[in-house]
Amino acid sequence: MAGLGEFSVEKVRQDFPILERSVNGYPLVYLDSANTSQKPRAVLDAMTEHLERHNANVARSVHTLGTESTAAYEGARAKVAAFIGAAAPEEVVFTKNATEALNLVAYSFGQRLGPGDEIVISELEHHSNIVPWQLLCERTGATLRWFRLTDEGRLDLSTLDELVNERTRIVSIAHVSNTLGTVNPVAPVVKRAHEVGALVMLDGSQAVPHLPVDVTALGIDLLAFTGHKMLGPTGIGVLWARASVLEDLPPFLAGGSMVETVTLEGTTFLPPPARFEAGTPPIVEAVGLGAAVDYLSALGMDAVAAHERHLTTYALDALSTVDGLRIFGPTVPVDRGGTLSFELAGVHPHDVGQVLDSVGVQVRVGHHCARPTCVRFGVPAMTRASVHVYTTTDEIDALVRGLERVRKVFS
Amino acid sequence: MRRRGVSDALYQEIILDHYKHPHGRGLREPYQAEAHHVNPTCGDEVTVRVLVKDGLVEDVSYDGAGCSISQAAASVLYELVHGRPLTDAMARHEAFLTLMSGRGQVEPDEELLADGVAFAGVARYPARVKCALLPWMAFKDATARAMAEEATAS
Repeated sequence: MAGLGEFSVEKVRQDFPILERSVNGYPLVYLDSANTSQKPRAVLDAMTEHLERHNANVARSVHTLGTESTAAYEGARAKVAAFIGAAAPEEVVFTKNATEALNLVAYSFGQRLGPGDEIVISELEHHSNIVPWQLLCERTGATLRWFRLTDEGRLDLSTLDELVNERTRIVSIAHVSNTLGTVNPVAPVVKRAHEVGALVMLDGSQAVPHLPVDVTALGIDLLAFTGHKMLGPTGIGVLWARASVLEDLPPFLAGGSMVETVTLEGTTFLPPPARFEAGTPPIVEAVGLGAAVDYLSALGMDAVAAHERHLTTYALDALSTVDGLRIFGPTVPVDRGGTLSFELAGVHPHDVGQVLDSVGVQVRVGHHCARPTCVRFGVPAMTRASVHVYTTTDEIDALVRGLERVRKVFS
Repeated sequence: MRRRGVSDALYQEIILDHYKHPHGRGLREPYQAEAHHVNPTCGDEVTVRVLVKDGLVEDVSYDGAGCSISQAAASVLYELVHGRPLTDAMARHEAFLTLMSGRGQVEPDEELLADGVAFAGVARYPARVKCALLPWMAFKDATARAMAEEATAS
Protein backbone atom coordinates (compact mmCIF):
# COMPACT_ATOMS: atom_id res chain seq x y z
CA MET A 1 0.00 0.00 0.00
CA ALA A 2 2.69 2.49 1.02
CA GLY A 3 4.30 4.36 -1.84
CA LEU A 4 1.46 3.65 -4.25
CA GLY A 5 0.07 7.10 -3.58
CA GLU A 6 -3.32 5.83 -2.51
CA PHE A 7 -5.04 3.32 -0.27
CA SER A 8 -8.42 1.61 -0.21
CA VAL A 9 -10.74 3.48 2.14
CA GLU A 10 -13.04 0.47 2.32
CA LYS A 11 -10.15 -1.65 3.54
CA VAL A 12 -9.07 1.00 6.01
CA ARG A 13 -12.60 1.28 7.41
CA GLN A 14 -12.56 -2.43 8.21
CA ASP A 15 -9.70 -1.74 10.61
CA PHE A 16 -11.85 0.59 12.73
CA PRO A 17 -14.36 -1.39 14.83
CA ILE A 18 -16.44 1.63 15.86
CA LEU A 19 -17.39 2.42 12.28
CA GLU A 20 -19.82 -0.50 12.37
CA ARG A 21 -21.98 1.35 14.85
CA SER A 22 -25.33 2.92 14.21
CA VAL A 23 -26.48 6.11 15.93
CA ASN A 24 -30.17 6.91 16.47
CA GLY A 25 -31.05 4.21 13.95
CA TYR A 26 -28.73 5.53 11.24
CA PRO A 27 -25.26 4.39 10.18
CA LEU A 28 -22.57 6.30 12.06
CA VAL A 29 -21.15 9.16 10.01
CA TYR A 30 -18.26 10.37 12.12
CA LEU A 31 -17.18 13.82 10.97
CA ASP A 32 -15.53 15.01 14.16
CA SER A 33 -11.98 13.67 13.77
CA ALA A 34 -10.50 17.11 14.39
CA ASN A 35 -11.91 16.71 17.89
CA THR A 36 -10.65 13.18 18.33
CA SER A 37 -9.89 10.43 15.82
CA GLN A 38 -11.14 6.85 15.87
CA LYS A 39 -8.69 4.04 16.65
CA PRO A 40 -7.70 1.10 14.45
CA ARG A 41 -7.67 -2.38 15.91
CA ALA A 42 -3.87 -2.46 15.62
CA VAL A 43 -3.64 0.34 18.19
CA LEU A 44 -6.16 -1.29 20.52
CA ASP A 45 -4.37 -4.65 20.24
CA ALA A 46 -0.93 -3.15 20.86
CA MET A 47 -2.16 -1.53 24.07
CA THR A 48 -3.97 -4.62 25.30
CA GLU A 49 -0.95 -6.78 24.50
CA HIS A 50 1.33 -4.46 26.42
CA LEU A 51 -0.89 -4.54 29.49
CA GLU A 52 -1.39 -8.31 29.23
CA ARG A 53 2.24 -9.29 28.63
CA HIS A 54 4.71 -6.46 29.32
CA ASN A 55 3.23 -4.22 31.94
CA ALA A 56 5.71 -2.73 34.39
CA ASN A 57 7.04 0.69 35.25
CA VAL A 58 9.73 2.13 33.03
CA ALA A 59 13.28 3.28 33.62
CA ARG A 60 13.46 2.26 37.24
CA SER A 61 13.44 -1.53 37.14
CA VAL A 62 16.29 -4.02 36.85
CA HIS A 63 13.88 -6.87 36.23
CA THR A 64 12.77 -8.42 32.95
CA LEU A 65 9.26 -6.98 32.79
CA GLY A 66 10.62 -3.50 33.50
CA THR A 67 13.19 -3.88 30.76
CA GLU A 68 10.53 -5.01 28.28
CA SER A 69 8.23 -2.15 29.22
CA THR A 70 11.04 0.38 28.94
CA ALA A 71 12.01 -1.00 25.55
CA ALA A 72 8.39 -0.60 24.40
CA TYR A 73 8.17 2.96 25.72
CA GLU A 74 11.51 4.04 24.27
CA GLY A 75 10.70 2.17 21.09
CA ALA A 76 7.59 4.33 20.74
CA ARG A 77 9.72 7.42 21.26
CA ALA A 78 12.03 6.36 18.44
CA LYS A 79 9.07 5.67 16.14
CA VAL A 80 7.62 9.12 16.77
CA ALA A 81 11.02 10.75 16.20
CA ALA A 82 11.45 8.99 12.87
CA PHE A 83 7.86 9.82 11.88
CA ILE A 84 8.46 13.56 12.14
CA GLY A 85 12.02 13.55 10.79
CA ALA A 86 13.69 14.39 14.10
CA ALA A 87 17.46 14.10 14.35
CA ALA A 88 17.29 11.82 17.40
CA PRO A 89 14.73 10.17 19.71
CA GLU A 90 16.06 12.29 22.60
CA GLU A 91 14.47 15.31 20.96
CA VAL A 92 11.02 13.82 21.61
CA VAL A 93 9.38 14.52 24.98
CA PHE A 94 6.19 12.65 25.87
CA THR A 95 3.50 14.73 27.57
CA LYS A 96 -0.14 13.96 28.22
CA ASN A 97 -1.38 16.06 25.27
CA ALA A 98 -0.49 18.99 23.02
CA THR A 99 -1.89 21.45 25.54
CA GLU A 100 0.66 20.27 28.10
CA ALA A 101 3.45 20.48 25.51
CA LEU A 102 2.53 24.08 24.70
CA ASN A 103 2.28 24.95 28.39
CA LEU A 104 5.69 23.38 28.96
CA VAL A 105 7.32 25.70 26.45
CA ALA A 106 5.39 28.76 27.60
CA TYR A 107 6.42 28.07 31.18
CA SER A 108 10.01 26.91 30.76
CA PHE A 109 11.08 29.10 27.86
CA GLY A 110 8.99 31.96 29.15
CA GLN A 111 10.65 32.05 32.54
CA ARG A 112 13.52 34.15 31.30
CA LEU A 113 11.36 36.66 29.41
CA GLY A 114 10.54 40.11 30.69
CA PRO A 115 9.28 43.56 29.74
CA GLY A 116 10.34 44.45 26.21
CA ASP A 117 10.27 40.84 25.02
CA GLU A 118 7.61 39.90 22.49
CA ILE A 119 5.74 36.70 21.68
CA VAL A 120 3.84 36.33 18.40
CA ILE A 121 0.83 34.04 17.91
CA SER A 122 -2.16 34.37 15.60
CA GLU A 123 -5.89 35.05 15.46
CA LEU A 124 -6.60 31.47 14.39
CA GLU A 125 -4.97 29.70 17.31
CA HIS A 126 -6.57 27.11 19.57
CA HIS A 127 -6.92 28.36 23.13
CA SER A 128 -4.06 26.06 24.18
CA ASN A 129 -1.75 28.21 22.05
CA ILE A 130 -3.21 31.47 23.36
CA VAL A 131 -3.93 31.24 27.06
CA PRO A 132 -0.53 29.94 28.25
CA TRP A 133 1.08 32.93 26.51
CA GLN A 134 -1.42 35.35 28.01
CA LEU A 135 -0.67 34.01 31.47
CA LEU A 136 3.06 34.16 30.76
CA CYS A 137 2.84 37.79 29.72
CA GLU A 138 0.88 38.61 32.85
CA ARG A 139 3.60 36.95 34.95
CA THR A 140 6.65 38.37 33.20
CA GLY A 141 5.55 41.64 31.59
CA ALA A 142 6.36 40.41 28.08
CA THR A 143 4.09 41.53 25.22
CA LEU A 144 1.79 39.27 23.23
CA ARG A 145 1.26 40.10 19.55
CA TRP A 146 -0.93 38.56 16.88
CA PHE A 147 -0.89 37.71 13.20
CA ARG A 148 -4.28 38.84 11.89
CA LEU A 149 -6.37 36.90 9.39
CA THR A 150 -7.42 37.78 5.87
CA ASP A 151 -11.11 37.42 4.97
CA GLU A 152 -10.14 34.16 3.31
CA GLY A 153 -8.88 32.82 6.63
CA ARG A 154 -5.18 32.92 5.90
CA LEU A 155 -2.44 34.58 7.91
CA ASP A 156 -1.96 38.19 6.92
CA LEU A 157 1.76 38.25 6.30
CA SER A 158 1.86 41.82 5.05
CA THR A 159 2.96 42.92 8.53
CA LEU A 160 5.43 40.05 9.01
CA ASP A 161 8.57 42.16 9.22
CA GLU A 162 7.03 44.54 11.75
CA LEU A 163 5.30 41.86 13.80
CA VAL A 164 8.40 39.64 13.98
CA ASN A 165 11.26 41.93 14.95
CA GLU A 166 14.37 42.14 17.14
CA ARG A 167 12.25 42.06 20.29
CA THR A 168 10.51 38.81 19.28
CA ARG A 169 11.65 35.80 21.32
CA ILE A 170 9.28 33.16 19.97
CA VAL A 171 6.65 32.78 17.28
CA SER A 172 4.09 30.08 18.02
CA ILE A 173 1.47 29.30 15.40
CA ALA A 174 -0.70 26.44 14.22
CA HIS A 175 0.57 24.51 11.23
CA VAL A 176 -3.04 23.73 10.28
CA SER A 177 -6.06 25.59 11.71
CA ASN A 178 -8.53 23.49 13.70
CA THR A 179 -11.48 25.58 12.53
CA LEU A 180 -10.67 27.02 9.10
CA GLY A 181 -8.55 24.17 7.76
CA THR A 182 -5.93 26.68 6.62
CA VAL A 183 -2.46 25.28 6.12
CA ASN A 184 -0.18 28.10 7.22
CA PRO A 185 2.91 29.20 5.27
CA VAL A 186 5.68 28.05 7.58
CA ALA A 187 8.72 28.89 5.42
CA PRO A 188 8.44 32.70 5.34
CA VAL A 189 7.66 32.81 9.07
CA VAL A 190 10.68 30.62 9.90
CA LYS A 191 12.93 32.67 7.64
CA ARG A 192 11.94 35.97 9.26
CA ALA A 193 11.95 34.61 12.81
CA HIS A 194 15.44 33.17 12.47
CA GLU A 195 16.63 36.45 10.91
CA VAL A 196 15.78 38.20 14.17
CA GLY A 197 16.89 35.37 16.44
CA ALA A 198 13.43 34.20 17.48
CA LEU A 199 12.39 30.57 17.93
CA VAL A 200 9.52 29.09 15.92
CA MET A 201 7.08 26.63 17.47
CA LEU A 202 4.30 24.97 15.51
CA ASP A 203 1.12 23.57 16.98
CA GLY A 204 0.99 20.47 14.81
CA SER A 205 -2.12 18.90 16.35
CA GLN A 206 -4.11 19.15 13.10
CA ALA A 207 -1.09 18.72 10.80
CA VAL A 208 0.86 15.65 11.93
CA PRO A 209 -2.17 13.33 11.58
CA HIS A 210 -3.00 14.55 8.09
CA LEU A 211 0.12 15.39 6.09
CA PRO A 212 3.84 14.58 6.03
CA VAL A 213 5.59 16.73 8.64
CA ASP A 214 9.39 16.82 8.61
CA VAL A 215 10.75 19.10 11.32
CA THR A 216 14.20 19.19 9.74
CA ALA A 217 12.84 20.19 6.32
CA LEU A 218 10.51 22.76 7.91
CA GLY A 219 13.42 24.27 9.81
CA ILE A 220 11.33 24.86 12.93
CA ASP A 221 12.58 24.77 16.50
CA LEU A 222 9.69 23.19 18.39
CA LEU A 223 6.58 21.16 17.54
CA ALA A 224 3.62 20.15 19.70
CA PHE A 225 1.08 17.52 18.73
CA THR A 226 -1.17 14.90 20.28
CA GLY A 227 -1.76 11.18 19.94
CA HIS A 228 -5.53 11.04 20.10
CA LYS A 229 -5.98 13.03 16.90
CA MET A 230 -3.68 10.70 14.95
CA LEU A 231 -5.42 7.38 15.59
CA GLY A 232 -3.69 6.94 18.95
CA PRO A 233 -5.18 6.95 22.43
CA THR A 234 -5.88 9.99 24.60
CA GLY A 235 -3.38 10.79 27.34
CA ILE A 236 -0.25 11.03 25.17
CA GLY A 237 1.16 14.11 23.51
CA VAL A 238 4.51 15.10 22.09
CA LEU A 239 6.82 18.05 22.35
CA TRP A 240 9.63 17.85 19.84
CA ALA A 241 12.42 20.41 19.98
CA ARG A 242 15.91 20.69 18.51
CA ALA A 243 18.42 19.27 20.96
CA SER A 244 20.10 22.61 21.64
CA VAL A 245 16.72 24.23 22.37
CA LEU A 246 15.65 21.43 24.71
CA GLU A 247 19.01 21.42 26.47
CA ASP A 248 18.47 25.04 27.41
CA LEU A 249 15.02 24.68 28.96
CA PRO A 250 14.57 24.45 32.74
CA PRO A 251 12.17 21.81 34.12
CA PHE A 252 8.40 22.28 34.02
CA LEU A 253 6.83 19.57 36.17
CA ALA A 254 9.07 18.22 38.90
CA GLY A 255 9.25 14.96 40.77
CA GLY A 256 10.61 11.50 40.19
CA SER A 257 12.23 10.26 36.99
CA MET A 258 13.58 13.67 35.99
CA VAL A 259 16.18 14.09 38.70
CA GLU A 260 19.83 13.13 38.87
CA THR A 261 20.54 13.62 42.56
CA VAL A 262 18.21 14.92 45.27
CA THR A 263 19.66 16.25 48.54
CA LEU A 264 18.29 18.39 51.30
CA GLU A 265 20.35 21.26 49.91
CA GLY A 266 19.30 21.01 46.32
CA THR A 267 18.67 18.85 43.31
CA THR A 268 20.27 18.29 39.92
CA PHE A 269 18.28 17.35 36.87
CA LEU A 270 18.60 14.77 34.14
CA PRO A 271 19.21 15.79 30.54
CA PRO A 272 16.28 15.90 28.11
CA PRO A 273 13.96 14.18 27.43
CA ALA A 274 13.86 12.75 30.94
CA ARG A 275 14.12 16.25 32.43
CA PHE A 276 10.61 16.92 31.18
CA GLU A 277 9.01 13.58 32.01
CA ALA A 278 8.32 13.76 35.73
CA GLY A 279 6.54 10.87 37.37
CA THR A 280 5.26 7.69 35.81
CA PRO A 281 4.62 8.49 32.16
CA PRO A 282 1.65 7.37 30.05
CA ILE A 283 3.37 4.10 29.15
CA VAL A 284 0.68 2.05 27.46
CA GLU A 285 -0.54 5.23 25.76
CA ALA A 286 2.92 5.75 24.28
CA VAL A 287 2.82 2.17 23.02
CA GLY A 288 -0.55 2.95 21.45
CA LEU A 289 0.88 6.06 19.79
CA GLY A 290 3.75 3.98 18.43
CA ALA A 291 1.23 1.57 16.90
CA ALA A 292 -0.68 4.53 15.42
CA VAL A 293 2.55 5.79 13.87
CA ASP A 294 3.10 2.33 12.39
CA TYR A 295 -0.44 2.32 10.97
CA LEU A 296 -0.08 5.76 9.38
CA SER A 297 3.38 4.94 8.06
CA ALA A 298 2.01 1.81 6.41
CA LEU A 299 -0.63 3.91 4.64
CA GLY A 300 2.04 6.47 3.77
CA MET A 301 1.52 10.10 4.75
CA ASP A 302 1.65 11.18 1.10
CA ALA A 303 -1.29 8.86 0.45
CA VAL A 304 -3.07 10.16 3.56
CA ALA A 305 -2.62 13.73 2.34
CA ALA A 306 -3.82 12.83 -1.16
CA HIS A 307 -6.94 11.14 0.26
CA GLU A 308 -7.65 14.23 2.33
CA ARG A 309 -7.14 16.53 -0.66
CA HIS A 310 -9.66 14.46 -2.61
CA LEU A 311 -12.20 14.62 0.23
CA THR A 312 -11.66 18.34 0.77
CA THR A 313 -12.22 19.11 -2.90
CA TYR A 314 -15.33 16.92 -2.90
CA ALA A 315 -16.68 18.48 0.29
CA LEU A 316 -16.11 22.09 -0.77
CA ASP A 317 -18.00 21.27 -3.94
CA ALA A 318 -20.82 19.43 -2.19
CA LEU A 319 -21.32 22.06 0.47
CA SER A 320 -21.55 24.77 -2.17
CA THR A 321 -24.81 23.13 -3.29
CA VAL A 322 -26.47 23.77 0.08
CA ASP A 323 -28.57 26.95 0.04
CA GLY A 324 -27.56 29.51 2.61
CA LEU A 325 -24.35 27.76 3.62
CA ARG A 326 -21.25 29.89 4.19
CA ILE A 327 -17.84 28.27 4.60
CA PHE A 328 -15.27 29.88 6.88
CA GLY A 329 -11.70 29.75 5.71
CA PRO A 330 -10.37 29.07 2.21
CA THR A 331 -12.96 27.87 -0.29
CA VAL A 332 -10.37 26.46 -2.67
CA PRO A 333 -8.57 23.19 -1.90
CA VAL A 334 -5.14 24.80 -1.94
CA ASP A 335 -3.18 24.91 1.33
CA ARG A 336 -6.43 23.84 2.88
CA GLY A 337 -7.16 20.73 4.91
CA GLY A 338 -10.30 18.72 5.47
CA THR A 339 -11.63 20.65 8.44
CA LEU A 340 -14.72 22.52 7.28
CA SER A 341 -16.42 25.07 9.50
CA PHE A 342 -19.56 26.68 8.21
CA GLU A 343 -22.78 28.45 9.05
CA LEU A 344 -26.25 27.68 7.75
CA ALA A 345 -28.22 30.90 7.38
CA GLY A 346 -30.87 31.35 10.03
CA VAL A 347 -30.02 28.23 12.02
CA HIS A 348 -27.83 28.26 15.10
CA PRO A 349 -24.97 25.74 15.02
CA HIS A 350 -26.30 24.06 18.12
CA ASP A 351 -29.50 23.23 16.27
CA VAL A 352 -27.60 22.16 13.14
CA GLY A 353 -25.53 19.73 15.18
CA GLN A 354 -28.60 18.39 16.97
CA VAL A 355 -30.56 17.57 13.81
CA LEU A 356 -27.47 16.09 12.14
CA ASP A 357 -26.95 13.87 15.19
CA SER A 358 -30.52 12.66 14.88
CA VAL A 359 -29.59 11.16 11.50
CA GLY A 360 -26.27 9.74 12.69
CA VAL A 361 -23.99 12.54 11.51
CA GLN A 362 -21.54 13.58 14.23
CA VAL A 363 -20.14 17.10 13.94
CA ARG A 364 -18.91 19.62 16.44
CA VAL A 365 -20.58 22.95 17.20
CA GLY A 366 -19.50 25.91 19.24
CA HIS A 367 -16.37 28.00 19.19
CA HIS A 368 -14.04 24.97 18.93
CA CYS A 369 -11.65 26.36 21.55
CA ALA A 370 -10.89 29.12 19.05
CA ARG A 371 -13.09 31.99 20.12
CA PRO A 372 -10.91 34.74 18.55
CA THR A 373 -11.41 33.06 15.16
CA CYS A 374 -15.19 33.10 15.61
CA VAL A 375 -15.08 36.74 16.66
CA ARG A 376 -12.94 37.56 13.62
CA PHE A 377 -15.66 36.21 11.36
CA GLY A 378 -18.47 37.79 13.36
CA VAL A 379 -20.18 34.65 14.63
CA PRO A 380 -20.74 33.32 18.15
CA ALA A 381 -20.26 29.75 17.01
CA MET A 382 -19.60 27.54 13.99
CA THR A 383 -20.58 24.06 12.87
CA ARG A 384 -17.52 21.98 12.02
CA ALA A 385 -17.14 18.77 10.00
CA SER A 386 -13.72 17.16 9.74
CA VAL A 387 -12.29 14.16 7.87
CA HIS A 388 -9.63 11.51 8.39
CA VAL A 389 -8.27 8.37 6.72
CA TYR A 390 -11.54 6.47 7.19
CA THR A 391 -13.87 9.17 5.79
CA THR A 392 -15.67 8.54 2.50
CA THR A 393 -17.36 10.77 -0.05
CA ASP A 394 -20.61 8.91 0.82
CA GLU A 395 -20.29 10.39 4.29
CA ILE A 396 -19.96 13.88 2.83
CA ASP A 397 -23.16 13.14 0.89
CA ALA A 398 -24.85 12.12 4.16
CA LEU A 399 -23.76 15.44 5.68
CA VAL A 400 -25.33 17.34 2.78
CA ARG A 401 -28.57 15.34 3.08
CA GLY A 402 -28.55 16.05 6.80
CA LEU A 403 -28.15 19.76 6.18
CA GLU A 404 -31.14 19.73 3.85
CA ARG A 405 -33.13 18.16 6.67
CA VAL A 406 -31.94 20.89 9.04
CA ARG A 407 -33.25 23.54 6.67
CA LYS A 408 -36.59 21.75 6.46
CA VAL A 409 -37.01 21.57 10.23
CA PHE A 410 -36.22 25.24 10.62
CA SER A 411 -37.92 26.60 7.51
CA MET B 1 -43.23 2.00 12.84
CA ARG B 2 -42.14 5.55 12.21
CA ARG B 3 -38.81 6.42 13.84
CA ARG B 4 -39.30 8.82 16.73
CA GLY B 5 -37.02 11.52 15.46
CA VAL B 6 -35.55 14.65 16.84
CA SER B 7 -38.55 16.61 15.60
CA ASP B 8 -40.84 14.71 17.95
CA ALA B 9 -38.57 14.54 20.93
CA LEU B 10 -36.90 17.91 20.89
CA TYR B 11 -38.03 20.28 18.18
CA GLN B 12 -41.73 20.25 18.91
CA GLU B 13 -43.90 22.56 16.80
CA ILE B 14 -44.55 24.73 19.84
CA ILE B 15 -40.84 25.33 20.38
CA LEU B 16 -40.17 26.10 16.72
CA ASP B 17 -43.14 28.46 16.70
CA HIS B 18 -41.82 30.39 19.70
CA TYR B 19 -38.42 30.50 18.00
CA LYS B 20 -39.78 31.89 14.74
CA HIS B 21 -42.38 34.16 16.34
CA PRO B 22 -41.02 35.10 19.76
CA HIS B 23 -43.42 36.73 22.19
CA GLY B 24 -42.44 39.94 23.96
CA ARG B 25 -39.00 40.11 22.38
CA GLY B 26 -36.98 43.32 22.60
CA LEU B 27 -35.45 45.27 25.45
CA ARG B 28 -37.87 47.83 26.91
CA GLU B 29 -37.88 50.72 29.36
CA PRO B 30 -38.54 51.34 32.17
CA TYR B 31 -36.82 48.53 34.04
CA GLN B 32 -35.20 48.06 37.43
CA ALA B 33 -32.49 45.52 36.74
CA GLU B 34 -30.89 43.71 33.86
CA ALA B 35 -28.93 40.46 33.66
CA HIS B 36 -26.78 39.23 30.78
CA HIS B 37 -26.17 35.49 30.68
CA VAL B 38 -23.97 33.57 28.29
CA ASN B 39 -23.49 29.90 27.51
CA PRO B 40 -19.87 29.88 26.35
CA THR B 41 -19.92 26.28 25.12
CA CYS B 42 -22.38 26.92 22.33
CA GLY B 43 -22.53 30.69 21.99
CA ASP B 44 -26.05 31.31 23.33
CA GLU B 45 -26.58 34.63 25.05
CA VAL B 46 -29.56 36.50 26.46
CA THR B 47 -30.20 39.80 28.24
CA VAL B 48 -33.26 40.00 30.50
CA ARG B 49 -34.74 43.13 32.10
CA VAL B 50 -37.40 43.15 34.79
CA LEU B 51 -39.77 45.71 36.19
CA VAL B 52 -41.50 44.63 39.41
CA LYS B 53 -44.18 46.88 40.96
CA ASP B 54 -46.28 46.06 44.02
CA GLY B 55 -45.36 42.40 43.84
CA LEU B 56 -46.30 42.15 40.16
CA VAL B 57 -43.94 41.43 37.27
CA GLU B 58 -45.06 44.46 35.35
CA ASP B 59 -42.66 43.84 32.50
CA VAL B 60 -40.01 41.36 31.54
CA SER B 61 -38.16 42.16 28.33
CA TYR B 62 -35.33 40.33 26.64
CA ASP B 63 -33.04 40.13 23.67
CA GLY B 64 -30.41 37.65 22.63
CA ALA B 65 -28.78 35.43 20.06
CA GLY B 66 -28.60 31.71 20.20
CA CYS B 67 -30.04 28.33 19.41
CA SER B 68 -33.74 27.69 18.97
CA ILE B 69 -34.09 26.13 22.42
CA SER B 70 -32.63 29.12 24.26
CA GLN B 71 -34.55 31.71 22.29
CA ALA B 72 -37.86 29.81 22.41
CA ALA B 73 -37.40 29.41 26.17
CA ALA B 74 -37.14 33.19 26.48
CA SER B 75 -40.39 33.62 24.59
CA VAL B 76 -42.16 31.10 26.83
CA LEU B 77 -40.70 32.82 29.89
CA TYR B 78 -42.33 36.06 28.77
CA GLU B 79 -45.68 34.32 28.30
CA LEU B 80 -45.55 32.70 31.72
CA VAL B 81 -44.41 35.55 33.96
CA HIS B 82 -45.42 38.76 32.25
CA GLY B 83 -48.06 40.55 34.31
CA ARG B 84 -48.10 37.84 37.00
CA PRO B 85 -47.57 38.15 40.72
CA LEU B 86 -43.91 37.68 41.52
CA THR B 87 -44.61 34.67 43.77
CA ASP B 88 -46.47 33.06 40.88
CA ALA B 89 -43.59 33.80 38.50
CA MET B 90 -41.06 32.21 40.87
CA ALA B 91 -43.30 29.14 41.25
CA ARG B 92 -43.27 28.73 37.47
CA HIS B 93 -39.52 29.21 37.46
CA GLU B 94 -39.22 26.45 40.03
CA ALA B 95 -41.49 24.15 38.01
CA PHE B 96 -39.54 24.73 34.80
CA LEU B 97 -36.24 24.11 36.57
CA THR B 98 -37.60 20.84 37.99
CA LEU B 99 -38.81 19.77 34.55
CA MET B 100 -35.40 20.49 33.01
CA SER B 101 -33.50 18.67 35.74
CA GLY B 102 -35.70 15.60 35.56
CA ARG B 103 -34.00 13.77 32.65
CA GLY B 104 -37.38 13.28 31.03
CA GLN B 105 -38.82 11.47 34.07
CA VAL B 106 -40.77 14.45 35.40
CA GLU B 107 -44.42 14.91 34.37
CA PRO B 108 -44.85 18.61 33.53
CA ASP B 109 -47.57 20.66 35.21
CA GLU B 110 -49.56 22.05 32.29
CA GLU B 111 -51.41 24.55 34.49
CA LEU B 112 -48.21 26.14 35.68
CA LEU B 113 -46.12 25.77 32.55
CA ALA B 114 -48.56 26.10 29.60
CA ASP B 115 -46.39 26.06 26.43
CA GLY B 116 -43.43 25.26 28.65
CA VAL B 117 -44.51 21.60 28.66
CA ALA B 118 -43.19 21.36 25.11
CA PHE B 119 -39.72 21.52 26.64
CA ALA B 120 -40.24 18.21 28.43
CA GLY B 121 -38.25 16.42 25.71
CA VAL B 122 -35.32 18.79 26.14
CA ALA B 123 -34.62 17.25 29.54
CA ARG B 124 -33.47 14.08 27.77
CA TYR B 125 -30.71 15.99 25.98
CA PRO B 126 -28.29 17.06 28.72
CA ALA B 127 -26.38 19.32 26.36
CA ARG B 128 -29.53 21.37 25.71
CA VAL B 129 -30.79 21.75 29.29
CA LYS B 130 -28.48 24.73 29.80
CA CYS B 131 -29.91 26.32 26.68
CA ALA B 132 -33.49 26.08 27.92
CA LEU B 133 -32.56 27.41 31.36
CA LEU B 134 -30.46 30.33 30.13
CA PRO B 135 -33.23 32.98 29.98
CA TRP B 136 -34.82 31.67 33.18
CA MET B 137 -31.55 31.98 35.08
CA ALA B 138 -31.12 35.50 33.71
CA PHE B 139 -34.69 36.30 34.82
CA LYS B 140 -34.01 35.02 38.32
CA ASP B 141 -30.76 36.98 38.43
CA ALA B 142 -32.38 40.21 37.24
CA THR B 143 -35.27 39.80 39.66
CA ALA B 144 -32.92 39.23 42.59
CA ARG B 145 -31.05 42.41 41.67
CA ALA B 146 -34.29 44.36 41.31
CA MET B 147 -35.44 43.20 44.76
CA ALA B 148 -32.07 44.05 46.31
CA GLU B 149 -32.25 47.55 44.82
CA GLU B 150 -35.76 47.98 46.22
CA ALA B 151 -34.61 46.84 49.64
CA THR B 152 -31.70 49.31 49.77
CA ALA B 153 -33.83 52.13 48.37
CA SER B 154 -36.57 51.80 51.00
